[in-house]
Amino acid sequence: MATLLDKTQQSNRSSPKWITHIVVPLFNLFVALMIAGIVIYFNGDDPIEALLLLIKGAFGNDEFIGFTLYYTTNFIFTGLAVSIAFHCGLFNIGGEGQAYIGGLGVGLVAIYLGHLSPFFVIPLCILAAVIFGASWALIPAYLQAKRGSHIVITTIMFNFLAAAVMTYLMVEVLIEPGQQAPQSREFNNNSWLPFMHEIFNFFGIQISVSSLNFSFIIAIISSLLIWLFIWRTHWGYEIRTTGANQKAAIYAGISPSKNIILAMVISGGLAGMVGINEIIGVHHRLILDFPAGFGFVGIAVALMGRNHPLGIFFAALLFGALYQGGAELSFDIPNITRDTMVFIQGLVILFSGAMEFVFKPYIENIYFFIKNNLLRS
Amino acid sequence: MINPATANSKNIILELKNIDKWFGHVHANQDVSIQIENSTIHGIIGENGAGKSTLMSIVYGYYQADKGSIFVNGKEVFISSPVQALNYGIGMVHQHFKLVEPFTVLENIILGAETGTILENSLQSARKELKRLEDDYSLNVNPDSVVGELPVGIRQRVEILKALYRGANIFILDEPTGVLTPQEVDHLFKILKSLKKQGKTIILITHKLREIMDLTDNVTVMRQGRVINNKPTKKTNKEELAELMVGRSVLLSVNKKDKKIGRKILSVNNLSIIDEKNIEKVKNISFDIHEGEIIGIAGVAGNGQTELLETLTGIRRINDGTIKFHNKTFDNSNPINAKEIRKNGLAHVPEDRQRMGLVTSFSANESGILGYQDLNIYKGKIFLKKYAILKDMYDKFKRFDVRPANPILKTSSFSGGNQQKIVLVREMDQEPELLIVGQPTRGVDIGAIEFIHKQLIELRNKGKAILLVSVELDEVLSLSDKILVMFDGKIVGKINQKDADEKTLGLLMAGAK
Amino acid sequence: MRIFLTTITAAISFFTLISIANSADHKFVPALVFDMGGKFDKSFNQAAYEGAEKFKKDSGINYKEFEVTAPTQREQAIRNMAKRGANVVIAMGFAQAAAVEKAAKEFPNTKFAIIDMVVDLPNVRSVVFREHEGSFLVGMAAAMASKSGKVGFIGGMDIPLIRNFAAGYVEGAKYANPNIEVFQNMTGTTPAAWNNPGKGAELAKSQFGRGADVVYAAAGGTGVGVYQAAVDEGKLAIGVDSNQNYLHPGTMLTSMLKRVDVAVYNAMKDAKDGNWSSGIISLGVAENGVGWALDQYNRKLISAEMEEKINQARKDIISGKIKVKGYQSN
Repeated sequence: MATLLDKTQQSNRSSPKWITHIVVPLFNLFVALMIAGIVIYFNGDDPIEALLLLIKGAFGNDEFIGFTLYYTTNFIFTGLAVSIAFHCGLFNIGGEGQAYIGGLGVGLVAIYLGHLSPFFVIPLCILAAVIFGASWALIPAYLQAKRGSHIVITTIMFNFLAAAVMTYLMVEVLIEPGQQAPQSREFNNNSWLPFMHEIFNFFGIQISVSSLNFSFIIAIISSLLIWLFIWRTHWGYEIRTTGANQKAAIYAGISPSKNIILAMVISGGLAGMVGINEIIGVHHRLILDFPAGFGFVGIAVALMGRNHPLGIFFAALLFGALYQGGAELSFDIPNITRDTMVFIQGLVILFSGAMEFVFKPYIENIYFFIKNNLLRS
Repeated sequence: MINPATANSKNIILELKNIDKWFGHVHANQDVSIQIENSTIHGIIGENGAGKSTLMSIVYGYYQADKGSIFVNGKEVFISSPVQALNYGIGMVHQHFKLVEPFTVLENIILGAETGTILENSLQSARKELKRLEDDYSLNVNPDSVVGELPVGIRQRVEILKALYRGANIFILDEPTGVLTPQEVDHLFKILKSLKKQGKTIILITHKLREIMDLTDNVTVMRQGRVINNKPTKKTNKEELAELMVGRSVLLSVNKKDKKIGRKILSVNNLSIIDEKNIEKVKNISFDIHEGEIIGIAGVAGNGQTELLETLTGIRRINDGTIKFHNKTFDNSNPINAKEIRKNGLAHVPEDRQRMGLVTSFSANESGILGYQDLNIYKGKIFLKKYAILKDMYDKFKRFDVRPANPILKTSSFSGGNQQKIVLVREMDQEPELLIVGQPTRGVDIGAIEFIHKQLIELRNKGKAILLVSVELDEVLSLSDKILVMFDGKIVGKINQKDADEKTLGLLMAGAK
Repeated sequence: MRIFLTTITAAISFFTLISIANSADHKFVPALVFDMGGKFDKSFNQAAYEGAEKFKKDSGINYKEFEVTAPTQREQAIRNMAKRGANVVIAMGFAQAAAVEKAAKEFPNTKFAIIDMVVDLPNVRSVVFREHEGSFLVGMAAAMASKSGKVGFIGGMDIPLIRNFAAGYVEGAKYANPNIEVFQNMTGTTPAAWNNPGKGAELAKSQFGRGADVVYAAAGGTGVGVYQAAVDEGKLAIGVDSNQNYLHPGTMLTSMLKRVDVAVYNAMKDAKDGNWSSGIISLGVAENGVGWALDQYNRKLISAEMEEKINQARKDIISGKIKVKGYQSN
């Protein structure tokens, strides 16, 4: 009497972790790509070829891999940022603005102190990214914790404020004198983070030039630290308690407002670190619009990565590959424009984020069907 | 298909045959067969996790059985949804009511059963029908009251009305008395009996032996997913049922020695508490607790007990009056800090363990340190001591017989009784000076109740103080040394245990004195 | 016989020419990198797209293109174009300067062009427009057409480039009528400001409400809303970049022309024909790089007197008699 495709069976049943953490996400990704493929087909191109070009464009050679990992770096930062707020039950939509202001902090240090020793100025830049990003998250956090203003609304508003502040500063204050373009002068190269190809070169290994820089390593270290913080310290425990059950937190003497502020400050600091990758990692000057939507994609990355640093790494890698592979794909098939890529990313977000659990019960039913019927009979 | 076994003999309205249900690795129902006679009250009794609720969910179409069949009036049926169950005349009154609070009774009743596109028409015809049903069954519900403003007992009647309105013949009631006052329970039983008289069939799921004895015609005992026994109620007794449920003999009454009381631990003076909606929930109350005594607070839920507990433990603010714990005095300007007072020896088992006492999405060992996460035994300079916590939990789980004894599992995967044990062992193990316990056995099965009661008595015998709040009158009566009755935020009675009986307390609880 | 021989020779040389031309065509690959606005921004990038399309139509040579989605992709795209054998890579917009600079150093044999910015390298052509001069002319038109003595300016994103438009416009308006009052608004501070017709309409309406009766929009796609608001309120609007007079005949006073399409077309054509020159090309009214539009759609709105005065000012700018300062005199 057990029906194979019956949604009502979803509750009260635990399927093994590998189903939820590996099979379901992969299946969601597969469905998203299938639909994208159908659209590409009707658009007059060969979807298989497009997929192969996409993969090749993302991982085909060391240069492509470099760019993929460069994008991945940004997504790790913003994904971690969204996830830590999420652990506290907060939806931080403000990664974009926090990244922007984080970059401002990096830029200010690099502009005014860039002539000092790299061993001094680079750590200072990183610190500035964290402090500036964190302070941009602090105000919405305070308003949420003490005044109950909804964090989603305030962080969105702060994205606009960040853009306005940056445009003003770039146009009026930090613009390179005698220049039309609203960007700062190029920093002293003491403040430049080494590129990966330079680091490899130092050890005598030749790899292709790409935007990948030392920030990637910072991102990996941050992931590890965040993992330890969230799951292994009592601060992380208190943040998670606040997020999972605020009543229980109050019962246990854990102050929700304190933890809301703490989680948001860390979240903002992580988002601010996008500024490291972009400003002293690649552009070596302050420019407009460098967050380019990375903060928003971070939401999808965190969702897909189930707010776990390891999951976030893989989700960030996926989106990095979509960005880089997608760019290469547009080169090879001009018919597939950047809008097509946005569409494909949207599908991935839709199926692995918003529609996360649509297929899960079916997959579980198939699993239990196989298990119950083939293993027991 | 006609089931030959039942077609002749007694008048069987519902029959379950060889029902099997798996949830992952858990075998929730195992070869369950039950026959339910027409227009009787049939009790299903068993400990939490015995599979009663799962079985009824299968009958009501929430789940489908992996194996087995269901017969209604001798005909095999396939019930794939609650709507279908209703088509076969099966209605359900849930443990947690599924009503829309801002709606009126009438609106709730027609919800999902509206006819036509214009609501007014359905409302008109429903009103007439409702009037008839109320008169027939003496339900006493005003169809125009807003559900959110009604007491629980009335809301339950709304649920019953809802099922009646939809034409149900077979009523499933899942733990219906858990939230009711003794008087409300009486009224419910009256309703159920009149339903039976009108030819309806009632399936009563409960773990309370008294209800089975008072009300039912037949009883089925379940244990670990199986049917242990099917019997006419007259041919059994409480002790036998308890033993069948638990699988061993159970001590139903508490064995308590007299004990000399010691120093005063807590003293509450003229305490008043105003809640978020600006309603005075606790009105000018005073009492003391001494070492080695259990003070029980009896009362219908919602008469200020929750607010009192939350204020004593630092979750709420004091509005007026003082609380003195040990030598420290707290008042409005000097509030109790939940974290600090816990460190000073005040432990708290909250009334609602799932919403307050535990974090159900955490693993059990994480829930097991809630409130104590920054004790040095659990945390180093930076990191939590993962293995120390784990070891401590294994040890505690073993001592308190938490099943399964595996603290790595998610908290939500433990049954209600075992979750309660996790909270209790956490709060009792620090040897607090004062233990504040709210509803220690709500939703907990008999075996665990016995255990919990024993633990509380033991703590008292060690000379610790206990403040017990419970809506279970039996529990307050058997455990407490002194009983306070709360009604409408006030203490309306202070009685020594020896002088207390159910009737006096019941009247006090209802504000009749 | 002689005629026959001549014909044959001519025919042979003709075909040879064609085949040479063809083989050259196969080798010649122009490339165009749009900036973050995207190629259909109804403004700057779209003008470049139109220029490239015209080149494609005229020469039959296909071009490569790429739309940038993140700042890093600028460099990636420009390098990629060069690496894949593009002979000339045209980068749209000041923001691509740094990327062009890096790529031009790495690929010294590839020709690069950048629009709206100067990159000082031997293989880079930098095309800049003196937008303020064209804006000066339409500013005059606005001031003369205004009955209320109040005119408006609506910019896109608040950046120096757009302030340059505004400055020239104000100068022109004051030149025509020293007592004129000019309202100025910027649509926003993010790139979204280039494509927000709703906000454009709102800003236009608020300026109309304050008494303005001519509004100049230098705001990309946002302008569409401004022009519509002018239609709704029966006021006048001035278009930008390409000739937008045809959009709403009767309320489009004129358009400030910025011939980005010509710059792109010329860069491709020059590179193909071997007429390439590096260095700075500054296009003002003298070079017909900027100007004002007069056609059958706005003929009725421009009186003979206005036309004469504007054309006189145009001549004076060319001769140097009028100096338009703009936002940053550089």
